[in-house]
Amino acid sequence: MTKKFGSFTANDNLNFEVGKGEIFGFLGANGAGKTTSIKILCGLSVPTSGEIEVAGYDVYKQAEIIKKNIGYMSQKFSLYEDLTVWENIRFYAGIYGMPIKTIKSKATILLKRLELEHARNKLIASLPLGWKQKLAFSIAIFHEPSIVFLDEPTGGVDPITRRQFWDMIYEAANKDITVFVTTHYMDEAEYCHRISIMVDGRIEAIDTPANLKKQFETDSIENVFIKLARQSNFKG
Amino acid sequence: MKRFFGFIKKEFFHIFRDKRTMLILFGMPIIQILLFGYVVTNEIKDAEIAILDLSKDDISQEITNKLSSSGYFQIKKVLHSHTEIEDVLKSGIIKEVVVFEADFAKKIEREGIANIQLIADASDANTANLIVNYTKGIISNYAISLRKDVEMPLQIEPEIRMFYNEELKGAFMFVPGTMALILMLISAMMTSISIAREKELGTMEVLLVSPLRPFQIIIGKVSPYIAMAFVNAVVIIAMGVFVFNMPVLGSISLLMLESLLFIVMALALGIFISTVSNSQQVAMFISLFALLLPTMLLSGFIFPIENMPLVLQWLSSIIPPKYFIIIIKNVMLKGTGISFVWKETLVLLGMTVFFILLSVKKFKVRLE
Repeated sequence: MTKKFGSFTANDNLNFEVGKGEIFGFLGANGAGKTTSIKILCGLSVPTSGEIEVAGYDVYKQAEIIKKNIGYMSQKFSLYEDLTVWENIRFYAGIYGMPIKTIKSKATILLKRLELEHARNKLIASLPLGWKQKLAFSIAIFHEPSIVFLDEPTGGVDPITRRQFWDMIYEAANKDITVFVTTHYMDEAEYCHRISIMVDGRIEAIDTPANLKKQFETDSIENVFIKLARQSNFKG
Repeated sequence: MKRFFGFIKKEFFHIFRDKRTMLILFGMPIIQILLFGYVVTNEIKDAEIAILDLSKDDISQEITNKLSSSGYFQIKKVLHSHTEIEDVLKSGIIKEVVVFEADFAKKIEREGIANIQLIADASDANTANLIVNYTKGIISNYAISLRKDVEMPLQIEPEIRMFYNEELKGAFMFVPGTMALILMLISAMMTSISIAREKELGTMEVLLVSPLRPFQIIIGKVSPYIAMAFVNAVVIIAMGVFVFNMPVLGSISLLMLESLLFIVMALALGIFISTVSNSQQVAMFISLFALLLPTMLLSGFIFPIENMPLVLQWLSSIIPPKYFIIIIKNVMLKGTGISFVWKETLVLLGMTVFFILLSVKKFKVRLE
């Protein structure tokens, strides 16, 4: 997969595969090209060249089918602050064409599990950040997509909530939903099944966290990341 | 289709739950039209004047009566000496003082000429001019009637009629202008802000990732505003008719269709603005400076286009409200049909298509 903006190459010949139900961490410094890749995979941006399949469908020809089979959550959580919890669920599920009966019964189960039953008719604006984030994630996988893309989902959230959030990610992965996640937090990278590290538009490393640590002879992903980033600085 | 209705429902929630939006949508049109109709007016009605009659004879009395019965003036004070003039003008209530010189009637009889002095408060120059002109008109009318019994050699008297607005009512000017202004504001500004808000909150990305197609998103965003703007158009016309006694001589359905066309044009413009702005504030400022000011100043709403410098006249012809105002005035005041306003209608139609194509193009570029 390659994406060029004029003479600038944002994604330089990326080549990777992610398995079903896998939690795939997509790491890289700011400006390394993570967001560009996510945008292409979600159909928000068109690649310059390359063969790309998402959930088994071709990005060029089957974009509409792909859209039905993916979920997306950005770092802004993207809920409507002036709508209630239930209205947000109904709206987002509605645009994926879910029948109202299914929405109702699934929403009841969901709110029970999130312990948000009392907040069903409260405006999103009145909820604390951690709840918004969990709700946003639940809504992103409410229509049972085969892949969910999370773009820095834990920005600005406290460590305990982050921990709980990762529990939810594991739960989703257990239901065979592939999780494609970008993050800045290196401790989160350790939770992923496999990670890739992008530097200057290229994937410099891609493997399980354990193998990467072995390969770079260090004890944390953070050090792997720093070693790779230094290389880039020397070249630059 | 069901998805689409869900989307529109959500949009109505946004509108009804935001007090500011509600105020702009429903409070502003009514306030604006009352303001323009009653306050910002260039007609004279019950202007308060004072009389200083140093003669107190039949003729001065009769002129005074003519002034007070004209409907334009209200005689608020009767003065007794010149020294009082400045005080009453300074007080600001009195707009004009009419002074009859001593021995007014006698002078007319003996010399055939007598003087009336008009002293106006020109701190508001336009009003002063109007008041003085109205007074002069009434006095010279009376003077002519005095001379009737005297044989005049040759007298040409132009009889003036102001067609389509016989009484020169300001409201007839302001209703079409206000309508253009409000529809522009609601349609273009509110939609551009509401689309920019989705971008700002990041919800636009989620919508674009969803199976909804971009055009469905856009139509879903704008259709509530079409309904709101249309309700406003009806309210404004109704207020024009029932509050300001403005006639609707032409076909009402034509009026409504033209309003709808203008609304759609303004929406297309709003969508275009939203494609070039990433935040609500930018959208608002672009709307204010690029839409509202030209609508107020260059559309012929307040200042007649014919009196503008040539460059501004050219500029005014790319301003959509100009055409809408022409259409509305024609249909409402002259009762003309589509055969007289098809050119303007075509221009609006062309602008609509242009802005829609432009926004579609912009929208696509952004996706790539």
